[in-house]
Amino acid sequence: MKTYENQGNKDTRSGFGAGLTELGRTNPNVVALCADLIGSLKMDQFIEENPERFFQIGIAEANMMGVAAGLTIGGKIPFTGTFANFSTGRVYDQIRQSIAYSNKNVKICASHAGLTLGEDGATHQILEDIGLMKMLPGMTVINPCDYNQTKAATMAIAEHEGPVYLRFGRPKVANFTPENQKFEIGKALHLQDGTDVTIAATGHLVWEALEAAKTLNENGISAEVINIHTIKPLDAKAIIDSVSKTKCIVTAEEHNHLGGLGESIARVLSQHKPTPQEFVATNDTFGESGTPAQLMEKYGLNANAIVKACENVIKRK
Amino acid sequence: MANTQLLEDITTQVRRDILRMVHKVNSGHPGGSLGCAEFFVALYNEIMDRNDGFDMDGIGEDLFFLSNGHISPVYYSVLARAGYFPVDELNTFRLINSRLQGHPTTHEGLPGIRIASGSLGQGMSVALGAAQAKKLNGDNHLIYSLHGDGELQEGQNWEAIMYAAGNNVDNIISTIDLNGQQIDGSTDTVLPLGSVKGKFEAFGWTVVEIEEGNNIEAILKGMAEAKALTGKGKPVCVLLKTVMGNGVDFMMHTHAWHGKAPNDEQLAEGLLQNPETLGDY
Repeated sequence: MKTYENQGNKDTRSGFGAGLTELGRTNPNVVALCADLIGSLKMDQFIEENPERFFQIGIAEANMMGVAAGLTIGGKIPFTGTFANFSTGRVYDQIRQSIAYSNKNVKICASHAGLTLGEDGATHQILEDIGLMKMLPGMTVINPCDYNQTKAATMAIAEHEGPVYLRFGRPKVANFTPENQKFEIGKALHLQDGTDVTIAATGHLVWEALEAAKTLNENGISAEVINIHTIKPLDAKAIIDSVSKTKCIVTAEEHNHLGGLGESIARVLSQHKPTPQEFVATNDTFGESGTPAQLMEKYGLNANAIVKACENVIKRK
Repeated sequence: MANTQLLEDITTQVRRDILRMVHKVNSGHPGGSLGCAEFFVALYNEIMDRNDGFDMDGIGEDLFFLSNGHISPVYYSVLARAGYFPVDELNTFRLINSRLQGHPTTHEGLPGIRIASGSLGQGMSVALGAAQAKKLNGDNHLIYSLHGDGELQEGQNWEAIMYAAGNNVDNIISTIDLNGQQIDGSTDTVLPLGSVKGKFEAFGWTVVEIEEGNNIEAILKGMAEAKALTGKGKPVCVLLKTVMGNGVDFMMHTHAWHGKAPNDEQLAEGLLQNPETLGDY
């Protein structure tokens, strides 16, 4: 088995902030907008270095999406920053008409996604955003797994022409992917070779999948682990190739099982290679207050849950 | 000095285009389109400094954004007659495989359109973004936008109105089509707007009123006044008092023709009141 070393826990939102800072230094067309959450989105350094390229919108997310769409007319590359809940559900029609349908080059950058936002509770813990965004024609949907990958993804989406939804989170989590990696949109990353079961994970669940694979290995089960950082466009070939070998799959995500990565994979497999699948995801429910670790345990989104799902899906082969 | 007669002639032809477009497909929005015909004609033929051809980024020219996209017939007619696309293409309005969708969109690549609109209340935010892009690019040209009065019931407008004044976006002239009508009746009966002038002023905008919003000379004078007020630290709002359905007597002063097409007889009557000037498509 390959071993992955945690270089020290870091939050993915800080990876976004670092990527944005780098873009501020290298790409004069990049501009940033925020709806009163500069500190939470780690945008301070970009603003300090590029005050003329930053737009404080206030608590007015609908206006932020429209202003971002308008800034593209004239060649700017706007990065909007707010929580995932306010980046999607609150402004769905603005994104749909002014950004997606109008094919504007806006990067919707969404922090505090999912249960790991923690104590603020269900009002802020969106578990539906991947579904909302992937349904929009032309929208690219990315959910990187750690600090380094979020930084790389932030820089990569500036080079991509078209609307992008970039999802990341609040807590400090394992940072284990290479520093200064090149991020290729739509290209799944093969993290662990295995023969008995495929684990396809996205976001914070990728590290949990690697931990699960270690436990499974100790129990004599060989798990293949794939990091699906790009949910749309989905790397169908990587998934089909893997299940051709393992004959079963577990998908893992910090999202509702309705509308998430698991459903996207189920669609691909049902068309091309029907395969037993188990879903590690929330079960059509809202979250609640608690620490991230407590919530991930209660709602079944950690390494233990992935191990159990793998054991179950192997029996269905 | 503007050739007012030429603008009047274009307007008459635009009215014919609007009536014929909505009649052919028995759908579309003639009322608001007719009410804004003079404004559109003056804007595209006299007021805006436009480059030849169409480029999405619009560097070095004035740009226009339509927020109340349902008045697409007047927009399409004026764009075609200003040379953005062949006038014959007006024949395809609302038909399958057309670039002239029911509501304006960039999706089919129609020259002249820079944003989709139709779902109301979004255009001012977009126009403000484009205005700020102009400032970042050191481009001294202006952004023009048009909004329905009923559309002001959408809350996003007020986010945008607050933002524009708070950030001194003074290279925008946002015009409100103050016709007092919306689908279900008058704006006063559906959801009263109160004093639109008072509201814009309270939000920190400079307001110019054009009492005769269907009079070309009044429009030119009012818009020149508005233009002179740009660049002074405040966004500029024009309140354009129009008559819905203007130029077709049985369509005037009522919300009944907001989204209804004329039948054959009504079309003939409307065309009789607006004789051909530039030639029908």
